[in-house]
This record gives sequence, structure tokens and C-alpha cells, in this order.
Amino acid sequence: MTQYMLSVIHGELNYSDEEMQRIVAAVDEFNATLRSQGNWVFAGGLEPPTSATTVDGTRAEVVITDGPFAETKEHLGGFWVIEAEDLDAALKIAAAGSKACAVPVEVRPFQSA
Amino acid sequence: MTVADLATVYRDEYGRLVASLARRFGDLDIAEESASEALLAAVQRWPTDGVPPNPGGWLFTTGARKAIDRIRRESQRESKHRAAMTLVDDTPPEPNGPVEDDRLRLIFTCCHPALALPSRVALTLRLLGGLTVADIARAFLVPETTMAQRITRAKAKIKQAHIPYRVPAPEDLPPRLEAVLAVVYLVFNEGYLAGAGDDPVRAELCDEAVRLGRTLRSLLPDEPEVAGLLALLLLSDARRRSRFDENGELVPLPEQDRGGWDRTLVAEGHAIVRECLARNRPGPYQLMAAVNAVHTDAPAAADTDWGQIVRLYDRLYRLTPTPWSPSTEPSRSPRSTAPRSRCPLWRVCRWPATTRGTRPARSCCAGSAGVPRPGRSTRPPSRRPRTPANAPT
Repeated sequence: MTQYMLSVIHGELNYSDEEMQRIVAAVDEFNATLRSQGNWVFAGGLEPPTSATTVDGTRAEVVITDGPFAETKEHLGGFWVIEAEDLDAALKIAAAGSKACAVPVEVRPFQSA
Repeated sequence: MTVADLATVYRDEYGRLVASLARRFGDLDIAEESASEALLAAVQRWPTDGVPPNPGGWLFTTGARKAIDRIRRESQRESKHRAAMTLVDDTPPEPNGPVEDDRLRLIFTCCHPALALPSRVALTLRLLGGLTVADIARAFLVPETTMAQRITRAKAKIKQAHIPYRVPAPEDLPPRLEAVLAVVYLVFNEGYLAGAGDDPVRAELCDEAVRLGRTLRSLLPDEPEVAGLLALLLLSDARRRSRFDENGELVPLPEQDRGGWDRTLVAEGHAIVRECLARNRPGPYQLMAAVNAVHTDAPAAADTDWGQIVRLYDRLYRLTPTPWSPSTEPSRSPRSTAPRSRCPLWRVCRWPATTRGTRPARSCCAGSAGVPRPGRSTRPPSRRPRTPANAPT
């Protein structure tokens, strides 16, 4: 089994309350399936990028900046960490996840130990 | 044993050998290197010792030994415990997947949709076709280092992302098979309609595509589109010699010397098309093959059964309205005088024709390439007028 990160890529979202409720319900259902099928490792949704703080500890003095590291239209909205047999299995799960959260999902393997 | 014999052994055995070693050791790099070492050993030993009774078996055993040596060396150097595990782990054959041929697994790995199309093409030619990186680079007119990098990256992705080495389950097969067929068709078109360079045709790519087509057909004999693709390649390739004049200019189909067509290939292609008609599960490749069958069935251009061709293009357009381009819509074609039919044409297709159709206009059917071609943007503009990919020439 390999662990994969499924990153949920958000653009600018303008959902109505009704749409949002539908998406939340679909994601809940997807999460339940992940757990019941043994693919679940961890998952979470993130607050918007405006809530981000960037910390640079590479210099003598730590520099703290308001905002995300990269200013882009698309940003990481949340993620799943899953365990899957291989990429084919991960892609199938990602397709279901993308459908549930109504945005594209990027699939990347974790480095193996 | 002559050099030519060795070349034949190489061509016949390379893909099979890499595929078997890849399955045994689960690593494409190890498979590729040990396959080369085994073939090198064969070149050194066979001329004096004679060819063993089972050359494929000999090569696999030798290759596996080389691979184990390599893994031992590397595990000592880099303590690759996991790799060393394969020394004792005799992987049982995987039961899932309709066919148990290692080459089929390898084809599906090389043509995995998670790889970019140019990478799929390059990997397929390298690992299954046994073409060298230099050959492939030359064929696609990119620097050798670029091609080497493309292949290395693709292999790294297969390993890192755990792209499986497996024939897809039957329910996943159709889309995955489509991707495989697209790669083979693209290799052929790249050779048949060489986009740049001095040669109007890159024979080695055409030959390789036909070889891959034949391999696929032997591995998946019940897939009608696999048969259709092979028939399409054979019937197109049959005309290779007549397609260019002495100045390298493309000769349109109606003006071609039909005596120069390879009748053996035509006959083989016709037989496969007949088989497809009998099976009656039409798809784009089968329909294009049928168009080519009608063309190659006509003793002279004037005898072409355009009615049949229009009906076949009609059917093709209804099956795949976009990829084959609306410009191919036959009813708008000036040469088409046959009434546009809406009946299920595949079933009424009477090829080989019993009645000859209307006289054709001068040029042959228009069409446009549906399959994206790799590396186009990096190319110099074409020096000769291009013919669309699915227009027979």
C-alpha cells in the first residue's frame, strides 16, 4: 500500500448555501466510504488563504509575513491522505473525491521510507 | 549465426524480455539494463555455442541472473533492503487481468493516462519496441538528451507514483485500450506523414507501429478495435511505395500507381476488415480500415465505390463527431454525389462492393488528424503540404 496526498485545488468559490450544503453532504459520504474501505488516513479542510501566515526561519532573524507563500488564484483548499494499492486505485478514489467536492484534485504519492 | 539473425532475435525478444523481467523484479530500470546485458551475452555466446533450443527462456534466465547480481551489488552499496527482498520473493502471477502475457502489462504501464502522451510514445518504443533512445530522438526530431530525460522522468514517475504493472480489469479496459491504440496509431502517423526532416516517410516508425499492432492483436484477439487498427495500418502501409514521386512529393491516391501497392498487405488487411464486418462491433479504427479497404479494393481510382466510402465516413462521423473533425463530414464533400443516408450503415455496408459507385472527383477524402501528435510545437514548420491523418494517400 502506498500513501497518496489528494490536494483539493480551489479557485474563487461562489457557492449558494444550497450548493454548499450539497457539497458538504457529498464529502461526508465520500469520507465515510474512505473509512469503510480502509483507505482513510487523514483529511482536513483549510481556512481561506487570507488566514495564512508565512514564516521564514532561514535567516538569523525569523521573518513573519501576513498571507500565503504564493499569491495565486488557485490555492490548497483541503486535502486527504489516503492509502491505496497503487496509482490506479488512488486515481479512482480521487475521481470520486473530486466529484464530491466539485473541484479538481491533485494526486501525489508520499515518498516511500 | 549472422548479424542479421542477432538483429532478428533482438527485435523479437527485447520487448518480451523487458516485460518478463519487469514483472519479476518490479523495476523498469533493472529490467531494461538486465535485458540489454542478457542480449549482449547472447551476442557473445551464441555465435560459438550455438543458439539454445529455447532462446527466450535462455535470455530470461540470463537476464534474471544479471538482475539479481545488480540488486546484490546495489543492496550492498545502498542497503536497498526492499530491492533485495525480491531475491527471495517469487512473485506469484496476478490473477486479475484477462491475459497473462507480460508484454500486455508493460504496454498498459507504458501507455498509462497518468503519463504525458509524448512520454507514453517514447516509453512504448523504448521498452516494447527496443528502439534506442538515439533512434527515438531522431524519429521525433528532438535532441537525444531531451528524449533520454523524457524517458527517465516517465520511468521515475511510474516508480514514485506506483503506476501498476498490470492489465486493467475488464471494466476499465475500454478507455485504457483506447489510450494504447492511440499511441500505436500516433507512432504510425508520425512515420507515415513525417512532419519534418528530409525523409517523407520514416519507415522505421511505420514498421514499428505495424509490429506493435500485430503484437497487440496476438495478445487481444477478441478486441475488434485492435483488429481494426492493425487492418488500418496494413492497408495504409501497403501503399507506402506509391505515395511519393521521385522528388519526394506526395502523390494523391487517385494518381498513385496501384501496381506498386503491396498486395500481400492489402490481402491481409482485407481479411481483417471482413472479420470485423462479421463481428459487427464497429469502432473508429475499424471504420477507417473499411474506408481503406474500399479504396484498395478498386482496381483503378475510377472504380472506387464512393457510395460505400461516404456511408463509412458518415458512420465514423456519427460515432466520433469531434475527433475526426466536422470538416470530414462527407455530405459536404464536393465529390460526394451519393445521397446522405441515416440508416445503420455498418450493417448495410456491402464491402467488398457489389455495385460500383459514382465517379470520384479528383482529390481523395478530406479529413483531419484526430490524435494529438507529440512534440509538434518544437518542430520547424513542415516543408511539404501535409495530408490529414485519416485521409488515405
